[in-house]
Amino acid sequence: MADNKGILVVGEVAEGKLLPITAELLGAGKKLAGELGEALSCILISDRVGDAAKAAIVAGADKVYVTEDAQLKDYCNDTYMQVAEKAVADLAPRIVIMGQTSIGRDLAPRLAFRLGVSATMDCLELDIDPASKLMNCTRPVYGGNARAIFTSEGIPQIATVRVKAASPNAPDAGKAGEIIPFPVAIDAGKVKAKVIETVKEEIAGVKLEDAAVVVAGGRGMGGPEPFGKELAELAKVLKGAVGASRPPCDNKWVPDSIQVGLTGKIIAPELYIAIGISGSSQHMSGCSGSKCIVAINKDPEANIFKEARFGVVGDWKVILPPFTAKVKELVQ
Amino acid sequence: MNMVVCCKQVLDPEAAPSTFKLDAANNRMVQPPEVKPVVNPYDEQAVEAALRIKDKDKTQKVSIISLGNNLVRDVVKKPLSMGADELILLEDAAFDGGDSFATATALAAAIKKIGQFDIIFCGRQESEWDDGQVGSGIAEILGVPSVTVAKKVEVIDGGKLRVERVTADGYQVLEVSTPCLITISNELGEARYATLKGIMAASKKQPVIWKPADIGVDKVGAAARKSKIVKLFQPVKEGKCDIVSADSPAEAAVLLATKLRENKVI
Repeated sequence: MADNKGILVVGEVAEGKLLPITAELLGAGKKLAGELGEALSCILISDRVGDAAKAAIVAGADKVYVTEDAQLKDYCNDTYMQVAEKAVADLAPRIVIMGQTSIGRDLAPRLAFRLGVSATMDCLELDIDPASKLMNCTRPVYGGNARAIFTSEGIPQIATVRVKAASPNAPDAGKAGEIIPFPVAIDAGKVKAKVIETVKEEIAGVKLEDAAVVVAGGRGMGGPEPFGKELAELAKVLKGAVGASRPPCDNKWVPDSIQVGLTGKIIAPELYIAIGISGSSQHMSGCSGSKCIVAINKDPEANIFKEARFGVVGDWKVILPPFTAKVKELVQ
Repeated sequence: MNMVVCCKQVLDPEAAPSTFKLDAANNRMVQPPEVKPVVNPYDEQAVEAALRIKDKDKTQKVSIISLGNNLVRDVVKKPLSMGADELILLEDAAFDGGDSFATATALAAAIKKIGQFDIIFCGRQESEWDDGQVGSGIAEILGVPSVTVAKKVEVIDGGKLRVERVTADGYQVLEVSTPCLITISNELGEARYATLKGIMAASKKQPVIWKPADIGVDKVGAAARKSKIVKLFQPVKEGKCDIVSADSPAEAAVLLATKLRENKVI
């Protein structure tokens, strides 16, 4: 694979729209392509790609490969692997990058093992070593307590990039680019794990991953009630969303889909208000990208105060009502 | 049905971040004396997923495999005390220093040696390197389908499984033929406690120990790595928290809101 060249981004599309992670990957990919002096390509896999192909060019891709098939509507490892394997064989990229998402975290390892190369998961930064032309991948390890830079010699090098870790390129509506159909004959006989239903658990109000303000509660909330009452009220005043650390989810106080953390949602709001959250590394991995963290916790030694910009030590039951009232007065 | 669960011994991930220190020269963390080894929590939930299937039919067999060196018996035997049937240890100094590729290769070879299996369970990721690749890797090496990040696994007709896989905004329901590999996420729910009877039974069971030669793999541990660590470091934290205090908590709350406004945060 000595002749492999260029960066291939495995993009994500939903209902004909380019998902934000794809623009982020194209941001990370453009930097790598620049360092190598090679092209940036993107493959979009879905039942219907539509205008997303053009959007990928505007977001920085030089070439967009489009694989459309009704069998590719829902992500399924056995179908998407057929596309990924053919893409690597035919397009011969030097580097393949995906999102650390439901798709990428499932597809990247399986593709790497099939090709006999290494994948580096959940990266925060990707760089090219100028001497070896190999990619160095920086990622959190030990639950976010440390970081490691990994590299590998097998080509293609494969990496997944954490959501919101990379900045998208400035959109360039005039950018030249090529849209190329990349048909793959999906062999249904190879599908051993078949998706029979997709269930969406809609949360009312602002989506956690899109919210500019997130009000999150932890074990210290003591039960489900405050999430629907005090936290929801503060979130409403700030036009934000309610989140949670892992204990409230594990205790079934709140749905799993609002978990913020390494294995939950990774978010980067303007303001993150952490209430009754101790600030484990696992949790901080999900919110450390926030512009400003505010902590309310009764334990002055809680790790969250090491990560927060502002904090109050005390019982949230006493602090939150006057805080919400004052915030309401100030933002109106 | 024969089930195999891969369990890793890790240092307690719930330990306070302040206890964390690096041994940068050897690219690993220092084990502080107050931090104890445990079964990786996701792997414990993988054991739980297997035992929930065994609960419905006691004739089904659950085998545990753990890979490492100097494994603490009380830790690696925990799945036995929860109700698993047997424990196989891939235990040797040569297994040290592996990456996901090395680990998956050794575990897949051990599973082949076990012979017949219907379901392999793994935790979605382990808590030290948080890589989340070993499950998919074992499945690929053995040529079986995989479903990752599952929160529910049930046996349905015809030797198939119905699996709920967690996604960003809900879950997918999949039907999977066996043999297959499933990785388990925390949404499965808490793993059961070991019962006194289980602990007694586990204390009588001796683990089977396999060396690299027993599983027919030439290269293991550090020698089998595909990835190389260039650098391991602790990011510098600014740690400048402005702790707002006042005569009463209510006043501190009002002062906090005012400060956020002054700093244009709200």
